Amino acid sequence: MSTSRRDLLSQSGKWLFLTSAAQAALEFVLAGNAEAAPTYNMHTHWWAMTIDINKCIGCGNCVRACAEENGVPKGFFRTWIERYDVPSWEMEHPEVDSPNGGMDGFPEKPIKGKSFFVPKLCNHCAHSPCVQVCPVGATFETPDGLVLVDEKYCLGCRYCVQACPYGCRYINPKTNTVDKCTLCYHRISKGLTTACCEACPTGCRTLADLKNPKDPVHDFLRTNSIQVLKPQMATGSKVYYRGLDGSVR
Amino acid sequence: MRITFKDAAHLIRLVIVVLIAMAAFAGLRSLMVPESFGQYGHYRGNALEEIRAKPVSFAGRQACAECHDAVVEAKKAGKHVNIGCEACHGAQAKHAEDPSLKPTKPDTAVLCARCHEKNSAKPHGFPQVATKDHNTGMACGDCHQPHQPKL
Repeated sequence: MSTSRRDLLSQSGKWLFLTSAAQAALEFVLAGNAEAAPTYNMHTHWWAMTIDINKCIGCGNCVRACAEENGVPKGFFRTWIERYDVPSWEMEHPEVDSPNGGMDGFPEKPIKGKSFFVPKLCNHCAHSPCVQVCPVGATFETPDGLVLVDEKYCLGCRYCVQACPYGCRYINPKTNTVDKCTLCYHRISKGLTTACCEACPTGCRTLADLKNPKDPVHDFLRTNSIQVLKPQMATGSKVYYRGLDGSVR
Repeated sequence: MRITFKDAAHLIRLVIVVLIAMAAFAGLRSLMVPESFGQYGHYRGNALEEIRAKPVSFAGRQACAECHDAVVEAKKAGKHVNIGCEACHGAQAKHAEDPSLKPTKPDTAVLCARCHEKNSAKPHGFPQVATKDHNTGMACGDCHQPHQPKL
């Protein structure tokens, strides 16, 4: 059977048009039942975390709990604790250490000035620098205020690792994609608190839902001196620190 | 001078080629862009569902209280009242699912020091001891009850 060029072109044109039309129709049908989480309505939440510096004892429970809950590879951290040692007046030069992310606690050492612990994690910024640089839409801000990574879509290009001003992202050596704190999305969407908050013995960390008018976070934010990390970068950080020292970077 | 259909035939061919190209683009695009992309924004909407579906390791203190109400009552009298069970006992979601899986009891000689070992960076007023002076060779649990730590 011989096919003229005209026939071939017209046939292939028809097939292309038909398949795309069918695909569009299928998408339309599927979109009808895409949201399959009847119990969790993400539009009624706006997640955040509060950290009370005066309560952190540097025990490392949060770091261990996070690693266990999320399968964080050894040597990488979604949350970690830093120990600051600030000489009395040289605020620009604090001595900071974080042995193994604080996972095994902090060995006692002689201090020069004032010393305290600062737990850190992803700030779940409302205007995240990391989301802005992702070339493929693999990291994004969710309607409930989290910054998440789609590991199936991530290329591992590391743009976001560089863009995060807080150093909260790492490349998971198992998947070669970027990984970070999800604020335990799989827990908080089931009504639980995050693993780090669950394991924190002093109540230093508290999960907060800013859209819930009954959440004690509103009192906490109103009645205390609150600071976020690197406010000058206008990232819209949602990890609120009480009693944060000016030397903390 | 009238423009006849015959005169515009070359334009029609051009239009057909453009239409084919557009259809090819639309077809390829719909094949390559994931189904839920753009549902909430410039990302795959189904990724949210996938992340939410991950299993939990820490059951949460409410789950513990369902069976261990005696311990919850005992803790109310002590300073450790607000500490979650899994802060000391570790992740117990598997035990909560299947209570026949017995968790190992934490060793108080190691456990208590995690929080109460003396450290200059700890907030003032937090009870701390230098374990090597305080209880050489003894486990904290020999004297203190972890659920009600006061002697």
